[in-house]
Amino acid sequence: MDVFNICLTGVGGQGIGLLSEIILRAADYAGHEISAVDTHGLAQRGGSVVSQVRLGAGAHSPLIAFKKADLAIALERHEALRALVHMAKDGGCLVYYDTSWQPLPVRLGQAAEVSAVMIDDACRRRDISLVRVRSDDLPEARMQNMAVLARICQRGLIPGLSKEHYLKAMEDLMAGEMLKTNRAIFEKASGE
Amino acid sequence: MKHMGDMLLRKDPFSEIVMGNTAIVRAMVEAGTRVVASYPGSPTPEIAAAIRQIPRDRRPFYFEFSINEKVATEVAFGAALNGHLSTVFFKSVGLNVAADTFVQLCLMNITGGMVVVLGDDPGANSSQNEQDNRHYARLAYTPVLEPASPTEVYSFYLAAAQLAQQRQMPVILRLTTHVCHAKQKVSFKGWQPTDLDSAARFDPTSGSYIPLVHMVFPQKRRALANLSQVEGAAGIGDLNALIDHDNRRRGVITMGLSHLSLLDVISGVARKPDILKLGLVYPLPRKQVVDFLASHHEVKILEELDDIVEKEIKALAFDESLSVKIIGKTEVEDWVGEYTPDKVAAVMRATWPDLLPAEKAGPPGDVQIPERPPQLCPGCGHRSAFYAVKQALSKDDITVADIGCHTLGYLPPYEIGQVLMCMGASTGIGSGLALFNEHRSVVVFLGDSTFFHAGLPGIINALFNRHNITLVLMENGTTAMTGHQDHPASGKNFNDVTDKIPVRQVLEGLGIKHLYETDAYRQEALADLVRQAVADDGFSVVIAKHPCMLKFTREQRKKPSYRKRQVNIDPRVCDRRYACIEAFGCPTFSRDEAGAVEVNNDLCIGDGSCMQTCPSGAIKAPQSSVNMEK
Repeated sequence: MDVFNICLTGVGGQGIGLLSEIILRAADYAGHEISAVDTHGLAQRGGSVVSQVRLGAGAHSPLIAFKKADLAIALERHEALRALVHMAKDGGCLVYYDTSWQPLPVRLGQAAEVSAVMIDDACRRRDISLVRVRSDDLPEARMQNMAVLARICQRGLIPGLSKEHYLKAMEDLMAGEMLKTNRAIFEKASGE
Repeated sequence: MKHMGDMLLRKDPFSEIVMGNTAIVRAMVEAGTRVVASYPGSPTPEIAAAIRQIPRDRRPFYFEFSINEKVATEVAFGAALNGHLSTVFFKSVGLNVAADTFVQLCLMNITGGMVVVLGDDPGANSSQNEQDNRHYARLAYTPVLEPASPTEVYSFYLAAAQLAQQRQMPVILRLTTHVCHAKQKVSFKGWQPTDLDSAARFDPTSGSYIPLVHMVFPQKRRALANLSQVEGAAGIGDLNALIDHDNRRRGVITMGLSHLSLLDVISGVARKPDILKLGLVYPLPRKQVVDFLASHHEVKILEELDDIVEKEIKALAFDESLSVKIIGKTEVEDWVGEYTPDKVAAVMRATWPDLLPAEKAGPPGDVQIPERPPQLCPGCGHRSAFYAVKQALSKDDITVADIGCHTLGYLPPYEIGQVLMCMGASTGIGSGLALFNEHRSVVVFLGDSTFFHAGLPGIINALFNRHNITLVLMENGTTAMTGHQDHPASGKNFNDVTDKIPVRQVLEGLGIKHLYETDAYRQEALADLVRQAVADDGFSVVIAKHPCMLKFTREQRKKPSYRKRQVNIDPRVCDRRYACIEAFGCPTFSRDEAGAVEVNNDLCIGDGSCMQTCPSGAIKAPQSSVNMEK
């Protein structure tokens, strides 16, 4: 594998930072060279946020070029479509959590809400495989990222990464109740 | 769980995944830096977040958030005069604030050495411009080192510290946003702690430290001499790297993140250009650059933002009578935006059309995706304030914004704050707008951290010169936008509990006659106060106070007693007038396809500030919802 590009998108406040850090550390445990970057600052206040994780010795910049992401991960439906159009490569893969945090133009009635069907269609046109995640029994919205991570693990969507790598990464980053709850969600969903 | 504070103090060599803003803190520890000061601003506040991870009693240096960048620079300078290696860090435009002090540093014999860390922001990700601070380096005869990755942030800081100590001068370490925030596995060296030295070694004869009249010339000569020694200083030449692809026809001189973008862009190219990657970007390493120019037919200067290195290299080629073709910036767009891999691909295609394979055209008619600009958080007091102020003003009135979360008021649906400049500028700009202006009221906004940073001179000027404007002071008790740093009114500094300097008491002390205050959630009262203040003759102030609800909610969530609360909409009462969405604009409210208003339970914090905005009274009081519906 020369380079494997992963972009993660969502809305500021959804927990993209933790998700990307887990993937980054899991990839390191799996023996990949890593290069990554997160959004900080202004956009975190309810705007679109993007994290980028690049695996492999051939990745120099932490930034992924237009439509060069092998795997696009989104925690929200509008951001999933945005990632699909700007980041995902033809023939790549999109995993998204199917919830809607309506952007301002949608709330103001100036633009249509993005639907699951629109994402389906866009994926089909460009031969992008699609994984839709939705879990209605999560204790908290901020744990949707774990449901997504579990599915990525279960489907083996990142080359070389196994469940042990993800769990080890989670132990690096969390402790106590937080680790317990998040690990429980991850283990349950990835074992299904 | 790995603890960052322990990691930063490890004595044995180790490797860890860190961002640039963390790597630099380890470098400070290893270099023996003793005093560090800053004012929060993206992309650098995570440097302080990493420092905070080291418990204060184990922290091998003093750190403070100063009141602004100028004072931070002065604190670091003063400490260095006592012989302590010091560092100041802040964002790009922070250097404008610090400039008056900064430009003098090169004239002084800074016995301890001083590193000035700048977080430039190409692409203006979270800044009001994308100014290229290398211009200041020329103005202030100060060398600039520019790393490209977290590994280089670490090693370049060590090199900058060494140079600053050896030559007793200031050295700039210039970071950019995606170098600060890039993450990489960095190999760190070991660290031998040394005892904190409390000797105050300031010696006026080490100077002069008085840049007046006849003393200025020797000081300037010394600064210029220092600058000429940089290229040959120990370890500096090693910061530049030649990547030899055995291509004598084409070469590229580049630096920083542009270099990494270039490596990505040419990864699949068979005939790669040679690359001279500069680590020292000012002054130029003359010999390395001349050798590179002399050994290539064509050299592209791949340089983000302004053409500073390009101009220097062209002058150098002229002086050395070199016949090499130097290709710099050609179009306006070459000056604009971050040099991402996509941008660099476009620039390189324009330079050498045969270098890269032709671009494949994308599929036509891609889908439209609604934009998602940043916005005020659910429960934000600024939202209530804007909603109320808007009711108090006429359509023609003029509103001036300042820097902070409340800047977002310029977006719909509030559209308040029609002019924005820089920290603390609102009151001065408003004062000018009030001159020769009989009919349009001028209302200016200011946050509480900015009040202390640079807001006071404008306020005192408005009083002193009797300007007829109204200031709405948006007091949320913290420096919210950059990550909730304390300020002088919070009663805590970075290290300790300290005496509060309440905003209201300062204003009273200034003798402001028309001074009002209310909680921002009391929208009707606030609107009335603004009406009154605008009608008052002269300078008036309304304090619209409410704690930052993002900070408050995060703190609440950590408590065992925390229960999630949300408002509800009674569908029998809601007659779809959409004031909650279109005038109040809380992101919690969404509308379904049929036009019904819904509460997004993932977002609502149950603050209830929206209830008073519904003309039909359809928003029901917040309730704890253990089994929330989706």
